[in-house]
Amino acid sequence: MSIITPVTRLESPAVKADALDARRLRDDFPIFAQSVNGHRLVYLDSAASAQKPRAVLDAMRDAYETGYANVHRGVHTLSQRATEAFEGARRKVARFINAASADEIVFVRGATEAINLVASTFGRSLRAGDEVVLSELEHHANIVPWQMLREERGIVLKIAPIDDTGTLSLDRFAALLSPRTRMVAMTHASNALGTITPIAEIIRLAHDAGALVLVDGCQAVPHAPVDVQAIGADFYAFSSHKLYGPTGIGVLWGRAAELNALPPYQGGGEMILSVTWERTTYKKAPHRFEAGTPPIVEAIGLGAAIDYLQEIGLGPIQAHEQGLLAYATQRLSALPRLRIVGTAERKAAIVSFVLEGVHPHDIGTILDQKGVAIRAGHHCAQPLMHRLGLPATARVSFGLYNTMDDIDKLVDGLHMVMELFD
Amino acid sequence: MPNDLRELYQKVILDHGRTPRNFRRPAHPTCRAEGNNPMCGDALSVFLVLDDRGVIEDAAFEGQGCAISLASASLMTETLKGMTRAEAERLFEAFHSLCTHTDAEPALPEGSADPLTRLSVFAGVRAFPIRAKCATLPWQTMKAALAGETEARSK
Repeated sequence: MSIITPVTRLESPAVKADALDARRLRDDFPIFAQSVNGHRLVYLDSAASAQKPRAVLDAMRDAYETGYANVHRGVHTLSQRATEAFEGARRKVARFINAASADEIVFVRGATEAINLVASTFGRSLRAGDEVVLSELEHHANIVPWQMLREERGIVLKIAPIDDTGTLSLDRFAALLSPRTRMVAMTHASNALGTITPIAEIIRLAHDAGALVLVDGCQAVPHAPVDVQAIGADFYAFSSHKLYGPTGIGVLWGRAAELNALPPYQGGGEMILSVTWERTTYKKAPHRFEAGTPPIVEAIGLGAAIDYLQEIGLGPIQAHEQGLLAYATQRLSALPRLRIVGTAERKAAIVSFVLEGVHPHDIGTILDQKGVAIRAGHHCAQPLMHRLGLPATARVSFGLYNTMDDIDKLVDGLHMVMELFD
Repeated sequence: MPNDLRELYQKVILDHGRTPRNFRRPAHPTCRAEGNNPMCGDALSVFLVLDDRGVIEDAAFEGQGCAISLASASLMTETLKGMTRAEAERLFEAFHSLCTHTDAEPALPEGSADPLTRLSVFAGVRAFPIRAKCATLPWQTMKAALAGETEARSK
């Protein structure tokens, strides 16, 4: 069964707002203390990157000020303190996604590197004619590494199609699987449309076909509880900065058996057992994949972000954001000449739309003058945009700090856009 | 409505953005180039027809983009007709500094004042540096076409 469960659509915005007190949580984020272009900041671009709570900033400052040194090598007090904090963050991540062990958590630069790590290490076992299945919903980060592998090794990419609502068809996905399918690399939730994929079913079908599954969870982990063991994935990737943590760090989770079956990724210090001119032996996961000094303080920041989220609870965050999604969908649908792009039944808190006669960039510029930050463009998903017959969309995406009032401000701004372009 | 926005989206720009002029593909262009902005996915083709003396007889474009880029391409194609290659290149420089110079009155090269007056509606993009690329992409594409290149990329 699927882990992101659709929340019952609540009727009144007032009821939805009860899931958590976003107005109060907003104060946890220093960025909202300022005004932007003379207006209260309405930040509707969390799918690109989320803002950071004070708890994360404090944890990172504290680490630099009181517990900083390199990890895993010093016998001195600060190194031990830093190592404990760094490995403690790894344990927090493991608990957060219900990994079997912290050894299954590999720290990388971001989801992009996580996917590249799997593509380039697992990829070494692929032969010409082996197949990798992706979907039309994928972000460039889960397309280009596989295309590079195709150029290098002659593998075949198969693309699972969506329908016009942005929903992935399980039947048509299943039809792509074959005895040559070695890997299915699929998003858990689309960054461009919000579509939540039936990932547990996809994994089951892929496993039946003998393939491994790598899930791009960037847009899933900030919005709902994710249990990597329950969905049955082999690899799961996400970035810290979309999860209210710092940039420069992300996570690759992999089942221990699968991780330890992969050859090393980058070579260097930290990932070896011993080095001689004749022969070098490697550590097991996760350290095998973490050559060089890791992003120590960033890991601590990510751990603090997870603590912060778990204190609020992913369940209440999900309920709150689903309330925002329902209200935004209702308000935007009521605007003339506006069309919501991506109307799948199960969506993360993301709404893409187009406004007849107005390019998304113009919408973005005008809203920005009202302090409303949205994303406009192809959302690093050009094949998806091509499939939808659109060069670009405007996209609003929600985080735990957004309120119904933010959506009202968005709609006010869109009225100004329509007035200007009338 | 904020003044900066009124300045950016002047009537002329909205008009040309909505119904771009010379939005077509000439049968026998002398040169053509593609312009892409990888950041936003805007893409256009600029076509030029030059006579034996190097005078631009016809200028046209096709593609998709925001109001600013479409209006810029539209006004550019109107302005270029009848110009020599050298005049077009000078105007490119003048237009580029019009869009990107943050000083109130950018220094403009001699002799470019007349055609530039009409293009001065784009001065509003100076308040929106991220949108300056939208206005300059058609011009960079035109310049690439004149130089015999097939592709321009906005910086």
